[in-house]
Amino acid sequence: MPLLQVTDLSVYFHTRNGVLKAVDGISFEVEAGKTFAIIGESGSGKSVACYSMLGLVPMPPGKIEAGRVLFEGKDLLTLSEAKLRKIRGKGISIIFQDPMTSLNPFLTVGDQLIEPLRLHFPISKKEAWNKGIEILEEVGIKNAAQRMCSWPFEFSGGMRQRVVIAMALVTEPKIIIADEPTTALDVTVQAQILKLLKELQEKRNIGVIFISHDLSVVADIADQMAVMQNGRFVEQGTRDEIFTNPQHDYTRKLLAAVPNFEKPEQENKSEQNLVEVESLHIQFPSNRGEAPIKAVDDVSLDIKPNEILGLVGESGSGKSTLGRAIIRLLNPTSGKIRFDGQDITRLSMAEMKPLRRQMQIIFQDPYASLNPRMAVYDTLAEPLLLHKIVTKKDLDGAVCSLMDSVGLSRESVLRYPHEFSGGQRQRIAIGRAIATKPGFIIADEPVSSLDVTIQAQILDLLLELVERFNLTMLFISHDLGVVRYLADRILVMKEGKLVEHGTVHQVFNSPREVYTQELLNAIPGRTLTD
Amino acid sequence: MWRFIAVRTLQAIPVILTVITVTFFLVRAAPGGPFSSEKAVSDQVKAALEEQYRLDLPAYEQYFAYMVDLFRGDFGPSFNFPSRSVNELIFQGLPITLELGLYAMLIAVLIGVVAGVCAALKPNTLQDYIPMSLSMIGICMPSFLLGPVLVLVFGIWLDWVPISGWGNSAGDKLLPSITLGAMYAAYIARLSRSGMLEVLSQDYLRTARAKGLPEYIVIIKHALRGGLLPVVAYIGPAFAGLLSGSFVVETVFQIPGLGRFYVQAAFNRDYTMILGTTVFLASLIVVFNLLSDILSAWINPRLRYQFRK
Amino acid sequence: MATSTSTESSLLAMPKGVSLWRDAWLRLRKNKLAMFGLGFLLLVMVVCLLTPWIAPYGYEEQDLRLGAVSPSAAHWLGTDTFGRDLLTRILYGGRVSLLVGFVATAVALVIGVAYGAIAGYVGGKLDAVMMRFVDILYALPIMIFIILLMVVFGRNLLLLFLAIGAIEWLTMARIVRSQVQNLRDQEFVEAAMSLGLSPSAIVVKHLIPNALGPIIVYTTLTIPSVMLLEAFLSFLGLGIQPPESSWGLLISYGVETMEEYPWLLIFPGLALSLTLFSLNFLGDGLRDALDPKASRD
Repeated sequence: MPLLQVTDLSVYFHTRNGVLKAVDGISFEVEAGKTFAIIGESGSGKSVACYSMLGLVPMPPGKIEAGRVLFEGKDLLTLSEAKLRKIRGKGISIIFQDPMTSLNPFLTVGDQLIEPLRLHFPISKKEAWNKGIEILEEVGIKNAAQRMCSWPFEFSGGMRQRVVIAMALVTEPKIIIADEPTTALDVTVQAQILKLLKELQEKRNIGVIFISHDLSVVADIADQMAVMQNGRFVEQGTRDEIFTNPQHDYTRKLLAAVPNFEKPEQENKSEQNLVEVESLHIQFPSNRGEAPIKAVDDVSLDIKPNEILGLVGESGSGKSTLGRAIIRLLNPTSGKIRFDGQDITRLSMAEMKPLRRQMQIIFQDPYASLNPRMAVYDTLAEPLLLHKIVTKKDLDGAVCSLMDSVGLSRESVLRYPHEFSGGQRQRIAIGRAIATKPGFIIADEPVSSLDVTIQAQILDLLLELVERFNLTMLFISHDLGVVRYLADRILVMKEGKLVEHGTVHQVFNSPREVYTQELLNAIPGRTLTD
Repeated sequence: MWRFIAVRTLQAIPVILTVITVTFFLVRAAPGGPFSSEKAVSDQVKAALEEQYRLDLPAYEQYFAYMVDLFRGDFGPSFNFPSRSVNELIFQGLPITLELGLYAMLIAVLIGVVAGVCAALKPNTLQDYIPMSLSMIGICMPSFLLGPVLVLVFGIWLDWVPISGWGNSAGDKLLPSITLGAMYAAYIARLSRSGMLEVLSQDYLRTARAKGLPEYIVIIKHALRGGLLPVVAYIGPAFAGLLSGSFVVETVFQIPGLGRFYVQAAFNRDYTMILGTTVFLASLIVVFNLLSDILSAWINPRLRYQFRK
Repeated sequence: MATSTSTESSLLAMPKGVSLWRDAWLRLRKNKLAMFGLGFLLLVMVVCLLTPWIAPYGYEEQDLRLGAVSPSAAHWLGTDTFGRDLLTRILYGGRVSLLVGFVATAVALVIGVAYGAIAGYVGGKLDAVMMRFVDILYALPIMIFIILLMVVFGRNLLLLFLAIGAIEWLTMARIVRSQVQNLRDQEFVEAAMSLGLSPSAIVVKHLIPNALGPIIVYTTLTIPSVMLLEAFLSFLGLGIQPPESSWGLLISYGVETMEEYPWLLIFPGLALSLTLFSLNFLGDGLRDALDPKASRD
């Protein structure tokens, strides 16, 4: 007997521009102790579907066009607001995506934790408080009693998510909707949270609806799943069915987009290093009289011409700082950086200018890396003009051919960044980076903000460009899977230090360090590749 | 929390000292010195005046003498009315001005917050347009215009309320308080509206609703704190504005408060009076800013940790 | 714009994108209140500019036998106790009020932008010192000091401009600084640095165009604030002095005789209020139109 039965649910949005069919006739069931996963990219309607069941989608402009959602013998879609409120937080709880914003910064953790308890049950504040402490311990927060009086900003991301999970569990719901609960977390933290969720689910026999865009995450935890696109389930079945025998094109596309094979090893015969870093230290003064923050702690590395070096680490590892230092966007505290044999550590801005032609950088956030007031033409023309790559006469031609190289239509060359999608903007950024025909490019998490299918396209574009223009690349990422697909060699960083290096094959199959092994174990979807 | 309060209080002290010093030397620098009054004075009287106000001492000695007096709470004698001390005059007018300011502040906060929150709850509807348009009036009609107009309409034409004085006849506190508070009610309405709008789109409200909380609790317990933060931060500067605004309102409504004394002293070049009142008012404002900061930190815990290790 | 003579199709044939400015202008146009404000403001500015040529009477022209008369055909807005035409006086007063408004705002703008941009871009210790200075000034009851200044140094127009500008530049500096700081950390600025652009080129091409939005909005909202301040001071007798007049001064005269000759209060009051309304609505409209959150998807 399923806990939840959804039949033909449709939710439309009536806007000035017409009707948007956010959810268009989906059906599924959730059983106790089992996880139903919904996979989709942004805009697929997966979140709207679940929120609309509890009446959390603003109506207007939303409207439930059709469907039935049976829970505990009642159709949720026909319940009044007052009755729905009795189920929210009690029969069905939600865990939201971003732990940084889903907790109220002005209330203590304890206050927020016991709130649903005291709302749904006749329980005294003292009893509720004790129950709160119990559940904090259960989700793995130490010093629970003290922590009840802490403020959300005193917790790290992973810990906050544990608090959010505790808040969802404290009323002992039958179903939990987990909306991308680990997307905003580091890989190792993600692994811990997923493990925690699984344990709690088994212990309490809860039915879980797990929403995600990440197939690999879901591979480990789902029992039944559905792939959602444009409001519809394009494919639905058990986990094994979907992964081993996908029927629909879109599903296949999603599966293919997960980089899960290794780049074949290539021999690199170069003798000279293109980039050399020696004993680099980068320190930032702390503003409260504490010890200065060591972002990069005695790092040495070299990058050979025509290779792609992958630099992997979690947030706070210093990888981005290192990248920016190599390209001299930051000043190192001590150490040396050599580019093509030349010591560039202490060069001034003016002295760096001619070298800048040779080294470029692609940033992570496609929304922030383009000047919103400049049309694409101007963004691409800027480096061309600055370094006098082409004359004014040939400028148009050069800009257009850049557009071609990155796969953008020439017609849109006079448009502004906000008129493009995230993936297209990243292409523009790549175009800007290759404009001066540099020898060396640093790609700082260039695909982390993009949808899975778009990621695959951009990664392939990068590979193609490296091949075509004989580029050397430093590819920075937190995603080991992506790095494995792209890189020749890998460096692993942790808290400012380099902890492991080697070829991709070596690092993935026989890592030397414990941390590397942890990272590898934390990669979701190992069951996919086995 | 205590650490925050202590540090902030200590920070306020040099500000007050700066105020006193700057004012003192500014007044000293005034051209047309103490003898520019039309009354011809005999040399003996001149000498006595000089001594009483210690004008025969060099500047910095006068400064220190003044500071010492201040610590004892003595602002010195009035320049134009030597028989009365500045203290006397200040404390005569102060309670009236404070009362006026208090009523005005109450009106401003109550009306402003209610209007702003209501507007934010249903943006772009009548519930939004009406209060916000009315608040525009408060911003665009300065007190010296609003006051007389109110007096004209309600005091003279309709004869519902008295048009001057304070505490003399029933209802005479109504118009002045409204006049003074109107502009601040308008600003507070706008601030609370934009503050609430920002909070209403935050994720943590969605979390609160997902717990099953009824909407009114979501608003009152969760949204108000963050939404009204800008209002709380504004109370300090608002108080400063209210004090300055009282100058005009007291003049228009013939109220014998500190503001009116100040304006008259300014006109009549009563130097010690100007000095004393400025120092007093300025210090009061600094204290109020301090209280406003403390209140902000009480609501927003992140602010409390500014000075922690 | 180079027109290519090569085989690529001419860029002039490409569809032009919608820049953020154009986007903002389109949105502003839809805001009826803001457009009304803009229209009224332009009207007032033009009329006041042309006053010496279009005013019906001379500024000083008195007609003592006439005395104060309520609005009539000869005097559209009536006359004051000296028989001076009110419309003329309002027009001339408007010139002064608007002049003070714009000039003092310009002063605040120049000082505030320079100060805020430097503090925001350079950062570090310099920024800390500069902002501490601003914080202290902010905490002082400037109004009281202005009155003090006016009393002490007498009343001249120049000092008035400077004094008023001295209050407003503080907030402008804060706004500019926070804008520059936010922008400085944006990746497109880092990208410009990595391309090798010089700091001045970065400021001019990348920072300023993106910081303009809030600066424009705040400038539009500072003008009414300044005008209010001037009116306030003039009302107390500490601002503009006769024979010059401003709307504030006219209002103070109107208050004196408001029982007998209410039009002497109402018309100048209306002039001031409507102008302030227009500026505020325009400023609000600009703020909504330039809001980057709304134009991003």
